Amino acid sequence: MQAFVKTVGQAVVIPDDSINTDILLPKQFLKNILKTGFGQHLFYDWRYLSDGAPNLDFVLNHPEHAGATILITGENFGSGSSREHAVWALTDYGFRVVIAGSFSDIFYMNATKNGLLPIVLPAADRQQLRQIGPNESLIVDLPAQTVTYQNHHYHFDINPQWKEKFIHGEDDIDVTLKYADAITAYEQQRPQFN
Amino acid sequence: MSQTLFDKIWQTHVIAGELGSAQLIYVDLHLIHEVTSPQPFDGLRQANRRLRRPDLTFATMDHNVPTKDIFNIQDQMSRLQMDTLVKNTQEFGVPLASIGDDKQGIVHVVGPERGLTQPGKVIVCGDSHTATHGAFGAIAFGIGTSEVEHVMATQTIWQVKPKTMGIKVTGQLPKNTYAKDIIMGIIAQYGVSFGTGYAIEFFGEAIKSLSMAGRMTLCNMSIEAGSKTGMVQPDQKTFDYLAGREFAPKNFAAAKAYWTQLATDDETAFDQVLTFDVTHLKPMVTWGTNPGMATAVDQTLPAVKDDNDQAAYDYIGLQPGMPVTAIPLDYIFIGSCTNSRYEDLEIAAQIMAGKHLAPNIQAWIVPGSRAIRNRAIATGIAKIFEDAGCEWREPGCSACLAMNPDKIPAGKHVASTSNRNFIGRQGAGSRTHLASPAMVAAAGIAGHFVDITLDEGE
Ligand code: SF4
Repeated sequence: MQAFVKTVGQAVVIPDDSINTDILLPKQFLKNILKTGFGQHLFYDWRYLSDGAPNLDFVLNHPEHAGATILITGENFGSGSSREHAVWALTDYGFRVVIAGSFSDIFYMNATKNGLLPIVLPAADRQQLRQIGPNESLIVDLPAQTVTYQNHHYHFDINPQWKEKFIHGEDDIDVTLKYADAITAYEQQRPQFN
Repeated sequence: MSQTLFDKIWQTHVIAGELGSAQLIYVDLHLIHEVTSPQPFDGLRQANRRLRRPDLTFATMDHNVPTKDIFNIQDQMSRLQMDTLVKNTQEFGVPLASIGDDKQGIVHVVGPERGLTQPGKVIVCGDSHTATHGAFGAIAFGIGTSEVEHVMATQTIWQVKPKTMGIKVTGQLPKNTYAKDIIMGIIAQYGVSFGTGYAIEFFGEAIKSLSMAGRMTLCNMSIEAGSKTGMVQPDQKTFDYLAGREFAPKNFAAAKAYWTQLATDDETAFDQVLTFDVTHLKPMVTWGTNPGMATAVDQTLPAVKDDNDQAAYDYIGLQPGMPVTAIPLDYIFIGSCTNSRYEDLEIAAQIMAGKHLAPNIQAWIVPGSRAIRNRAIATGIAKIFEDAGCEWREPGCSACLAMNPDKIPAGKHVASTSNRNFIGRQGAGSRTHLASPAMVAAAGIAGHFVDITLDEGE
C-alpha cells in the first residue's frame, strides 16, 4: 500500500449526500478480474451520457479538475452494496483522500484497507473548503491530522491504528506479516491428524 | 467459567491480539471460487507475494458456471473468470476442481463432500453462505475481497470475537417437515437480524436427530438471521459422515478423540439463549422479499404491518389474506448450497416418482456437485426427475443467484429450495418462494403449494 503522510493536491467538489457504491461504480463493471482499471468507470452514470460521450456538465469532466486527488463531498458517502470495487475505482482514478460529513462503515473500512484516506469534517468546515478554486491546493497532513486551506487548519479525527497504517504505507497483510514467526510457531503445534 | 463450542475453537486459533479488539486467527481451510478470487490473486501478484498454504486452500467453480452445455460457455465474462481461476490456481499451486471434475460443484457442498470440512477447524471463503460448514462443529464464515487476499498471503484473519447465542430446538420434527422448515420457522419468528453480532449454535433434541445434510441446511441459513456463522456440536453422525472421505484425517481415531472434546459445557456459557419448539412445526413458505417474510403452508398471507411489507407485496404481486396454496407458480428450482445434496434430491424424487409436473410448471433440478449428479444418475433418481418432466442439470449455483443463464423471467413465481428471496435475486423481476425440497417437489406436481403433512396415503 502506498504510504500517506502529507499530500498537497487539487480538490474537486461533488457536494451530494449519500453517494452510494452504485453511483461510484455501477454493478455492470463488477465482472472484472483485476483490481485496476476501474477508474475509467468511476461515477459512470454521472460522467457519461447515454450514448457514451462524456457529460461535460459533470465536474470530473472539466479539464481544470483533471489532476484532482482530493474529493470533497456530502454526508453518508459510500453507502449501499459492500463492493470494494468502489474504493478501487476512486484510487485507480487518482483520488487519495475523500473528505465527507460521514461514511458508511463498510466503505470506511474498505478505504482503510486500500490506502484511500477517509476524512470526516463537519458541514461548516466543508462549506469553507468548497470555495476552493481549480488553481488552488489543499494540504492534508496526516501526522498533524489537519486539512489546510488558505492558512486555515481544519482538524480531523482518525483511529491511531489506521493512522499508523497509512503513515507507514502498510496494508493489513504487511501488518500481519510482522507476526510471521508467531504464525509459523502456531503452525508447528496446531492439531493435525494426517 | 463454562465455555461454548465456539469459545473453545476460537481460543485454540488465536495467534495475537486481545479479547475485545481484533485478534489474529489461524485459518485451517480457505475455500475459493471464480468470482471472489481474481482480484486477491492479482493483488498477490502485484505485491510479489506467495500464497502461504496452498495445501490448506481448495478451489472450485460454481457461481457462474452454466448448467447446460458446460463446455461451451457463451458468456465471455464468465468464461474469463473461470479461465482466470484455472490460470491462478496453477500459478499459485492451489488444488482446483474444475468443470467436468467429479469434485466440482457448489463450494459449500464440495467442502463437506470431500471431507475437507471437519470439526474444530476455522473455515473461510469469499462467500456469505460459508456458515454451512458449521454443521460439522467448525467456525465457518464468509469474508470480503481484501480478506481473501489476506488469508491467501498469511493463512490468518483479523476478527473481533462475536458474542455467542444458543438456539435450543426442542421437540420432535413432525413427518414431512425438515431442517429447512426449522430455520425458516426460526427466522420467521425472530426476524432477519436477531443474529447480528452473534455466533449461533443450534442444539437440542431436534438438532441431534437431524442428518448431516439437514444440519448443513440449518447452518447455511444462519446468515439470513444476521449471523456470520452457525454451528452444531459434532457427534457420531458427524464422524460417520467424514469417515473414509477423500480428505478426511488419515489418523481418524486421533482426530475423533480430539473432536469428541468439542462441546459446549452447558447452556450458561452462551451470552444469550433462544428456544424454538418444533412439535407443531408446519412446512414454511416465504411470501415476501426477505427470508423472514415466511408463513406456514396452512396459513393465509399476513396483513401489511409496515412499508416494507407493502413494498414486498407490490413486488411479489400477491395480496394479504390469500392462502399460501393459492400462490400462482410458474417454476420450481431444486438446488443451491441450502438444498442440493443427495438426500435433498432423494426426498424430492420420492415425491415425484411415477408422477408428472403440472402443466403450468417448468422445473430445474440442479445437483450441488458432479459427485451427487453421478450418484443420482446411478441410483435412478435422475430418471425420476426426467420422467416427471424436469430439466436435470449440471452442478452449480444456477438460479440461486442467477449469475449464469439460469434466470427466472420477470414476473414469474418460483418455488425454490435456495436461501434468498431478495428482489431480483433469481433474475430481474423474479418472484421467489423459498421452501423445503419436499414442498417444492410437491408444488411442482400439484402446480401450487400443498400441505405435505396432510397428503399422506394419497
Ligand atoms: S448456491 Fe447460492 S447461496 Fe450458495 S454459494 Fe452459490 S450463489 Fe451463494
